Parts: sequence; structure tokens; C-alpha cells
Amino acid sequence: MIKVSIKDRQGQVHEVEAPTDMNFNMMEICKANELPVKGTCGGTASCASCHMYVLSDTALPNASEDEEDMLDSAFFVEDNSRLGCQVYLANHMDGLEVELAPEDESADY
Amino acid sequence: MIETDILIIGAGPVGLFTVFEAGLIKLRCHLIDSLGQPGGQLTEIYPKKPIYDIPGYPKILAGDLVDNLMEQIAPFDPGFTLGERADSVEKDNYGKWIVTTNKGTQHKASVIAIAGGLGVFEPRKPPLAGLEHFEDKGIDYIVKEPEKFRGKNVVLAGGGDSALDWSIELSEIANRVTLVHRREQFRAALDSVEKAFDLANTGKMDIFTNAQVTGLGGNGKLNSVTITNKAKEQRDLDTDYFIPLFGLSPKLGPLASWGLGLQGNAIKVNPLDYSTNVDGIYAIGDINDYPGKLKLILCGFHEATLMVQSAFKRIYPDRHLSFKYTTVNGVNSF
Repeated sequence: MIKVSIKDRQGQVHEVEAPTDMNFNMMEICKANELPVKGTCGGTASCASCHMYVLSDTALPNASEDEEDMLDSAFFVEDNSRLGCQVYLANHMDGLEVELAPEDESADY
Repeated sequence: MIETDILIIGAGPVGLFTVFEAGLIKLRCHLIDSLGQPGGQLTEIYPKKPIYDIPGYPKILAGDLVDNLMEQIAPFDPGFTLGERADSVEKDNYGKWIVTTNKGTQHKASVIAIAGGLGVFEPRKPPLAGLEHFEDKGIDYIVKEPEKFRGKNVVLAGGGDSALDWSIELSEIANRVTLVHRREQFRAALDSVEKAFDLANTGKMDIFTNAQVTGLGGNGKLNSVTITNKAKEQRDLDTDYFIPLFGLSPKLGPLASWGLGLQGNAIKVNPLDYSTNVDGIYAIGDINDYPGKLKLILCGFHEATLMVQSAFKRIYPDRHLSFKYTTVNGVNSF
């Protein structure tokens, strides 16, 4: 179990616990905690609805070509942009901090 | 007027399988989908991705699952209204439902099964201040009539095929086309990318990479966009039009105003038969909600199966429904 913090689009920070033995990704953790992340494609890096910024300097595997391609459909992409569904949680990621990226304002969750 | 027994809204996997289960009890089906092809998000978003939790298939590509479902339901000859969105619903004098699409096509049915998944696919809109204010006043999400852009300045944003293809096509008729993309790599077809850069090198188009549109300007009508590059340098670019091309995303859409009980963006149903609060309208698959709901294709298949039994009793209250296994004579005897 590790702790991660998620800043929502209103700036509120949510500290949540996340197991590392179930191959969870950050999209799933957000949804499990009822944070407004859509995850339309079910975590296959085929939509851009779980776009988030990584705020901490946690070491993460680089984004794949598929993930980079899909980030083209995200808004306000920065160097620290990731698709949450491609960030799989591991023990060394304790203290990971992310911020949900701006979404289509009329998006449903 | 198209007439059927069960009008299915949404031609994703659950909508398609409903045709099979309805066919087994001799109920005819017609499907409406806003997309131009059946399959819903499996076809639109991830046709080449494997799915691992379809019973009997250790692994199947989403597109192949849709092809298989189409083959499986073919004996029951379903009708399709594709590329049209189910907009409004009303009841006629005989208690049947009339559903009209955004293009005016009318459908009559005894029962409606909403299998709308996450909703209707619509263009993703960038969260820019004032965006809605400029819609149809300089901002378009799809290019319907290229002629409209003749002699105008047009800014497009995106890195996929539609962004590249439209930039190339509009560069021939617009005064000035500017393509803005967040990185140097494009995911569009290689020959389109090469063609666009050729046009840029000969001064017929501008391509700004490592840049994004971050602001809109104008008074009543769009007249400029703000472009910010990776170094956070900003520049305003005069333009008549801005066309953001960031793909499609599902929205609940017109169904939200059909008088159905909602739970968030899902339709509340009775888990006994997946009926909604409106008699004769059912909701199955990802679009419904009930205690313990799981948004899985296999659960949607189960819901469709039970739903059509309830629909039969509603359509033929006096008839006895006898259950028949497909193993006895195959599907051709149904």
C-alpha cells in the first residue's frame, strides 16, 4: 500500500491509499475514489480522458509511443503530462502527486 | 416511418446482442446509432485493442468481437439507422413509442431499449475561456463545407489524420492555414505529414509545433487565437476561424431530457428486468445503473437477455413465452 495525492480541478488535494499488488493504474485509483476521471476506453491508452500532470519527481517509466499519440487528443499538454491509465503503481512510487488536467467543460463523468 | 418491436438506441456490443436474444423469441429489432458504423466505442475508439473478459474468448480484438456479433445477429435481419442521433421520444395514440432522430427519421416501436454506452460521440472541446461564445462564430469542430473558408484565415489544432487532411485541403482555398500541434511528431499518416511539411516549406501553410492554442480573442466573433509554445512564449494570431480537432468523446446528450430517472450520467433501472421509471423503456449496458452495477460487456449481454423477456411480456401480455435452448435446433428454427 502506498500513498498518492491527487489534486482535482478545483485545486482540492485528495490523499488516498493505493495497493501496489493489484497492478492498479492512476486512472483506476481516481475512479475508485470517485474523482472526475472518465477512463472512457477502459485503460487501453485509446482516449485522452485520464490526462493528468505528475507534480512530484517520482521516477516513472517513460510514456510509450501509443501514450504520446493519445496525448495529442488531450488539452494543455505539458512535459509532465501523462495518461493516468498508463501509470501503474509500484512500491517506489509512494508519495506520488498528480493533478487532473483541464477537461472539456461539458464532459460527463 | 420505420416500425419494429424493440427499438434499440445504440449499436454497440450490447445493442447488437439484444437483436440475437430478441430474435430467439421472435421480436424484431431496429438500431439507431449516431456513429456511421455499428460497434460503438469498440469500433470508434479501440478496434485493434484486445478484450480479455468475453466468456469463451481468452482474447479477442474489439473490432473482431463486433464483426462476430454482426454475423451472429444476421439471421434476425435487424434494421439500422446509422449516423443519426435519437433526439426525441413521444407516445402515439396506441401507446407506441415514436422516436425521431436529429435528421428527422421516425421510428415506431412497442418497446425502447437504450443501450447507449457512455452516450453520443461528440467532438472534444478544448476548455478555453469563451469557447462557447465563439461557437459558430469562428469556431467549428467539424468541417462541413470547405467553401466557407475560401479566402479566410484558418487555424487548426491537432496532430491526427483529420487535422492534417483538413489543413492540406483548406490550404488550397483559404487565404492562410495555420496548423498548431503540441509536439514535433504527428500520429497522422506519414504521407499526409510529408505533404503538409512540403506545403509549409513552400510557404503555402504555417505549421507551429511544440505549441498549443491557449486563448481566444474577439468581440462577438472570433478574430484571434493565442498560441503558447513550450518556452511559454505567447503570440496572438489574427484568424477568422479556429478548428480544434481533438477527437470524439461520449456525452449523454438528448437522452438526459427524456424524463428517465438518472443517477449521475447513468439511467436508473430495476435490476429485475432493467426497466426504467418510464413504462416500456429499458436501459441496458454501460448506460444503466443499479446496486452492484459493473460496466462490463458481459454484464450488458446478460442484461439484454433478461430485458427482452420482460419486453415480450409487455408487448404480448396474453401470450405464454416458452423458453427454448439454441442447442436444440440452432438459431434457424427461431
